[in-house]
Amino acid sequence: MLKFTDEHEWLLVDGDSVTVGITEYAQKALGDVVFVEMPEVGDTVSKGDDAGVVESVKAASELYAPVAGDITAANEELEGDPSLVNSDPMGAGWFFKMTVADMSEVEALMDEAGYNAFIAGLE
Amino acid sequence: MTAETNNETLLKTPLYDLHVELGAKMVPFAGYDMPVQYPLGVLKEHTHTREAAGLFDVSHMGQCYIHSKNGEDPAIALEQIMPAAIQNLKPGKMRYSVLLNDEGGIEDDLMITRTHDADGKLYVVVNAACKDKDYGIIEEKIGHLVTLEPLEDLGLIALQGPEAENALASLAPEVADMGFMEATAVTLEGVVCWVSRSGYTGEDGYEISVPEETTDALSRRLLAIDSVEAIGLGARDSLRLEVGLCLSGHDFDASITPVEANINFAMGVARRKVGDFPGGEKIVKQLTEGAPKLRVGILPSGRAPAREGTEIVDESGKAIGVITSGGFGPTKGGPVAMGFVDAAHAEVGTAISLMIRGKSQAATVAAMPFIEQRYVRKTKK
Repeated sequence: MLKFTDEHEWLLVDGDSVTVGITEYAQKALGDVVFVEMPEVGDTVSKGDDAGVVESVKAASELYAPVAGDITAANEELEGDPSLVNSDPMGAGWFFKMTVADMSEVEALMDEAGYNAFIAGLE
Repeated sequence: MTAETNNETLLKTPLYDLHVELGAKMVPFAGYDMPVQYPLGVLKEHTHTREAAGLFDVSHMGQCYIHSKNGEDPAIALEQIMPAAIQNLKPGKMRYSVLLNDEGGIEDDLMITRTHDADGKLYVVVNAACKDKDYGIIEEKIGHLVTLEPLEDLGLIALQGPEAENALASLAPEVADMGFMEATAVTLEGVVCWVSRSGYTGEDGYEISVPEETTDALSRRLLAIDSVEAIGLGARDSLRLEVGLCLSGHDFDASITPVEANINFAMGVARRKVGDFPGGEKIVKQLTEGAPKLRVGILPSGRAPAREGTEIVDESGKAIGVITSGGFGPTKGGPVAMGFVDAAHAEVGTAISLMIRGKSQAATVAAMPFIEQRYVRKTKK
């Protein structure tokens, strides 16, 4: 199951954990990504907490925890090759994995159709 | 140059339609609707300029002539408000300088070129955002000696990079013989243009002042050459930052002297000994006794870029300065920045810390440019 936030993050849901990254729309808007800062594995976050930074040649943008839970993994490959966020935002450019404390927070997020309608409204 | 404007009636350069056609992302900049990047993207545009040739629309910048009113060399009047040696500029030679206020602060930086005209008329290019202010200062301070003629019906394009010479010489072979900071009239596509071998990227290249109605056709002709790509303001900024060049209004402002800004070369060697320009006494004193703060190059040790406004602290955590320009240097392959630090911390090699998102990040005061400049200097034949 794929879910989306209005901060342009995607969540790939696998049981009670999720993989989080930024969307194609977000990577395009950011431009060439040159630096990422990941959350610490083991951190406990609440929905909306800062969970890292993604910087493009143009500007820095915050990453937010899309739901409450514990950070279980960070994509270390991005530190060596931040451009993966541009070339494969929904795949190799993932940012972190986390457990989900409350599945209802995931269920409340947009599905793909909902997100597509959301970004269509931004243009 | 300052970005951002809420003016809804943005001005358009002669290349506006071309930018849109090329798919540029347009942003307001100094009152103009300008391309920040094309579909290639900032990173590739930057690299392309360093490896081949980039075409930049700089038509928003202010071009003007300074004519004498009294039959004397107009340079005599300009030297009253600028610290460069201008009277000794030979026809076809150009020089970088700054417009100073009475406290020795930098109102703007600019390029001054001596034309070949018998009256010694000067051609001056100023920053877009400072156009009105600069023209006002010239009018107010030396308007009784010179006439400022704004050149509103001209476009200005820059062709920069190691392939710039080949590209432009394919239209006019004689431009290959021009030396760095030389300018002359050149016929391009049947139209007389004013071409200088100069730029603001650290690369060899040209700036071409071209009649408004021909700017689009000439740009398209140049873009049709394989080595040439259109480059936006985003890459223009990272290119100038990597070679340590100042951005007006950011890396200096009206409160900063040329000594503090570390651009002593904008002042004539003899003139900066006597200080015969506004704020001269203060500037001479800073040159002999040192300035309280200095613009320096800064290399963050990690990968995180340090943006404008980032606080600089010493090892004890005490504030010692601020970043004025910073980002990622694509050619350097890492973050680069410049900023002001207290004189005690200005020496190359000094360890400093940058407060990035509340965390202290190690950095070092570093020599500029961060990468090698590649200007072409011709020896006299």
